Amino acid sequence: MEDWRNGGFGLYLHWPFCQAKCPYCDFNSHVASAIDQRRWQSAYLTEIRRVAALTKGRVLNSVFFGGGTPSMMDPELVQAILDEVRQQWVLANDIEITLEANPTSVEASRFRGYSAAGVNRVSMGFQALNDADLRALGRLHSVEEAKAAFNVARETFDRVSFDLIYARQKQTVEAWRLELREALDFAADHLSLYQLTIEQGTAFGDRYNRGTLRDLPDDDAAADMYFVTQDECERAGLPAYEISNHAHRGNESRHNLIYWRYGDYIGIGPGAHGRLTLNGQKHATETPLGPTQWLMQVEQAGHGELPTTVIPAAEQATEMMMMGLRLREGIDIARYETLLGAPISTKVSDMEALGFVKTETGRLIVTDKGRPVLNGILREILT
Amino acid sequence: MTDLKNIRNFSIVAHIDHGKSTLADRLIQLTGTVAERDMKAQMLDSMDIERERGITIKANSVRIEYPAQDGQTYILNLIDTPGHVDFAYEVSRSMRAVEGSLLVVDATQGVEAQTLANVYQAIDADHEIVPVLNKIDLPASEPEQVKANIEDVIGIDASESIEISAKTGLGIPDVLEAIVKRLPAPTGDRDKPLKAMLVDSWYDSYLGVVVLIRVMDGVIKKGDKIKMMKTGAAYGVDKLSVLKPQMVDIAELGPGEIGIFTASIKQVRDTKVGDTITHEKKPCAEALPGFKPSIPVVFCGLFPVDAADFEDLRTAIEKLSLNDASFSSEMETSAALGFGFRCGFLGLLHLEVIRDRLEREYDIDLITTAPSVIYKLHMKDGSVEDLHNPADMPDLTYVDHIEEPRIKATIMVPDDYLGDVLKLCQDRRGIQMDLTYAGSRAMVVYDLPLNEVVFDFYDRLKSVTKGYASFDYQMIGYREDNLVKMQILVNDEPVDALSTMVHRERAESRGRAMCEKLKDLIPRHMFKIPIQAAIGGKVIARETLAALRKDVTAKCYGGDATRKKKLLEKQKAGKKKMRQFGKVEIPQEAFINALKMDD
Ligand SMILES: Nc1nc2c(ncn2[C@@H]2O[C@H](COP(=O)(O)OP(=O)(O)O)[C@@H](O)[C@H]2O)c(=O)[nH]1
Ligand SMILES: C[S@@+](CC[C@H](N)C(=O)[O-])C[C@H]1O[C@@H](n2cnc3c(N)ncnc32)[C@H](O)[C@@H]1O
Ligand code: SF4
Ligand SMILES: [Mg+2]
Repeated sequence: MEDWRNGGFGLYLHWPFCQAKCPYCDFNSHVASAIDQRRWQSAYLTEIRRVAALTKGRVLNSVFFGGGTPSMMDPELVQAILDEVRQQWVLANDIEITLEANPTSVEASRFRGYSAAGVNRVSMGFQALNDADLRALGRLHSVEEAKAAFNVARETFDRVSFDLIYARQKQTVEAWRLELREALDFAADHLSLYQLTIEQGTAFGDRYNRGTLRDLPDDDAAADMYFVTQDECERAGLPAYEISNHAHRGNESRHNLIYWRYGDYIGIGPGAHGRLTLNGQKHATETPLGPTQWLMQVEQAGHGELPTTVIPAAEQATEMMMMGLRLREGIDIARYETLLGAPISTKVSDMEALGFVKTETGRLIVTDKGRPVLNGILREILT
Repeated sequence: MTDLKNIRNFSIVAHIDHGKSTLADRLIQLTGTVAERDMKAQMLDSMDIERERGITIKANSVRIEYPAQDGQTYILNLIDTPGHVDFAYEVSRSMRAVEGSLLVVDATQGVEAQTLANVYQAIDADHEIVPVLNKIDLPASEPEQVKANIEDVIGIDASESIEISAKTGLGIPDVLEAIVKRLPAPTGDRDKPLKAMLVDSWYDSYLGVVVLIRVMDGVIKKGDKIKMMKTGAAYGVDKLSVLKPQMVDIAELGPGEIGIFTASIKQVRDTKVGDTITHEKKPCAEALPGFKPSIPVVFCGLFPVDAADFEDLRTAIEKLSLNDASFSSEMETSAALGFGFRCGFLGLLHLEVIRDRLEREYDIDLITTAPSVIYKLHMKDGSVEDLHNPADMPDLTYVDHIEEPRIKATIMVPDDYLGDVLKLCQDRRGIQMDLTYAGSRAMVVYDLPLNEVVFDFYDRLKSVTKGYASFDYQMIGYREDNLVKMQILVNDEPVDALSTMVHRERAESRGRAMCEKLKDLIPRHMFKIPIQAAIGGKVIARETLAALRKDVTAKCYGGDATRKKKLLEKQKAGKKKMRQFGKVEIPQEAFINALKMDD
């Protein structure tokens, strides 16, 4: 069996546009005055056909419209894409089709159309549950509007998740606990809870460098918020299945599980990355980052790919561990060692002695104590 | 062969930046010794490092032909001496090879510590001294005050000082005339057996070892069989030249002349600065007086950052020693740092110059351990041992007492900063020997332990006086004191490379400062790390570095795999710059920065 089958097979489509750029965000997202959705449609379709030809006969487990703000896409565009997908691949019976949505009324009005096109899950960017903080984060919606959009979503889709960002400016541990409790009261079956990351090259990054991004919680407070998050979600029946993701059992994001279980995934659209096993070799794929660049290349060259690289098996082992240890289920040690072509690092036992990892039924698992310092564990084991 | 009365040999004495090199350039230029188009700034400072730092490391010489106002042509030989205290012995040798000195003083600054140290060497060598006030083109120059300053501080007549600007060329002809008129011609006897002084030697990749000599008596010719009186080694002269400053072959060198020869000598080590050169068959009766090799006084460990570079480091050190006999090295192993070398230097500048060259010319990243001095261990059985490395300190039960080297430090400083300088010297266990004033500057003389100076004394001095102080020192001998070895334990393991010798009474505060520093320098680990300072098993200071509490990437999806992997690769490369100590990784900068005191 080829290794990727341990993780499954998914398709990621990147939509690179937003209504406005959020000051903390370093995703490949742009604000454009006019978007010719028909042009984008034909480019996406061209790419889907090209990659499908390489992966004939595979069963697709998931499709993910990510962004940017994919809820800006016309339902007709989503429909056309999913029609093509259904043409090209065999779809798994339980296929998950997710679309990232911003929680405004405008977007909510398109939900029916997305559902009709085949989307069965949405992930909504709430970010905060008070209006002052939403403004500080540069968001265009209010809490009330977000909740209304959420209700529409719940009526429309089988599965709905939303995102919150914590460790925001001026936020205290207690304030976060209360906000999270409120979120858990109305949450459905999935939540993504991210600690605010200050990314270089963003407006927040610049302000941070200049020292004007004030009142961020310090590392200790951020650590406490992380522990509060674990406690509260556990109690509410939405335990963490990954560092920042919480779900009722069985409602984990199947698409993201493909990444973390180190399966194969196609990346289509500007700046999308992929991992694709072809002729027994795992390839890293990449596309031009700029929306226009990507669009023009697809139109003129007939494909939207940059040169691909083959990932040597030992490097696959590294990637698999990096991704897999984020999951509560951990990684299969035998699978890792097969890729590595050698036994796992002896540093594992040091980490085990310190209580950061455990081995159980052939799996290496990061403990509750280890998860907040996962980067340290990876540094120990992998460098 | 030049008539003795038409030769003048001289050196230039100056504090750093007072214009020695610029003046030398002007002299060379005005006499047409170097064609205008070949003229590069600072002709005599030939090494990159010399040029960059504006210091002279090796003695160098140039022969200038000067048609004087009296209608005769003179041969002027300038020996450019290293100005820095680390090379004091080379300076004293060079001075004995010439009869006079130009004392260059920056007319905006006045006499500084190095002016003093060097001028005393010139006086010791019985030089005729011509004071030259430089930079009079600058509005801030105060020639009259500086003349008074020279008379006050140095005690020589400055009434006939020459006022020049080496930069604009103003007054340079007067300097040339003064060299001819005021400096004495050399003496010597052409008919006596050859007696020449070995002034300096260096390694040239084309010619091998090149020897700079001053002939006292007799004549040396190409093809001669010569002998070095101290080492006893005999050689045939292959090439005889003068430096203009490019090499020009010459048939012979007679009394009073200065030139270079090569003689198939393999290593610079085979030549001893100050040795006497004579003919093998017809030697002179006695050697020149006062031969004394320069010996290293400051030691430190040099380790490759990447252990794989050890052999490269060995080769580089061997090559450098070819050209620098005063630099010593022996292999050293450290539990913390692996294989490396314990190296000895004439002083801190010398250490920096060598380390820079290893890193730059040979492209090796180095970890430098704290500089240390040689302690004399008086053992209970009556023997005396030299301790070069605190890590080698024997069990105290065998040691009766310890002596440390002391220096006499001369510091010149504007009044405003005097208090800070006195405090610094006092904090470094100094004993005041003298304090005098010359105008608004104070001259402070302190007896200080060398070990308090080798590390960051000069940096601290510069920072407390905003760069306005000048400093010079000389060794004055050994003295007993209450010294102990302080160990640093990281996560309960002693880190040998951080061991230092300290005064017992200062151990607690030093220990505390070092533990605090290390707490900042060592990154948080997955576990908490105790950092302790201890004397013979007794802990005298401790700090705890808390464990890492949160370090995890919040978002990591499909597109992040590559990014995350690159980050890990960067960390892997960064790890090479760390040293594993038990379970703790210590960054290389920590080894040297932990010792810096911000007092
Ligand atoms: N204005 C002015 N600057 C000078 C004069 N002589 C030297 N300098 C400058 O002083 C600095 C130090 O000169 P240098 O000859 O390297 O000093 P050294 O360290 O004694 O060899 C350089 O920047 C020179 O350009 C001068 O007569 N007038
Ligand atoms: C692709 S983004 C956004 C999807 C959608 N455009 C939105 O903003 O609602 C996915 C999620 O990443 C999170 N995120 C983006 N930048 C972040 C940052 N700097 N720190 C923490 N979380 C961040 C936000 O919670 C966001 O909802
Ligand atoms: S957070 Fe979402 S809406 Fe904001 S810029 Fe990023 S992708 Fe666009
Ligand atoms: Mg100079």
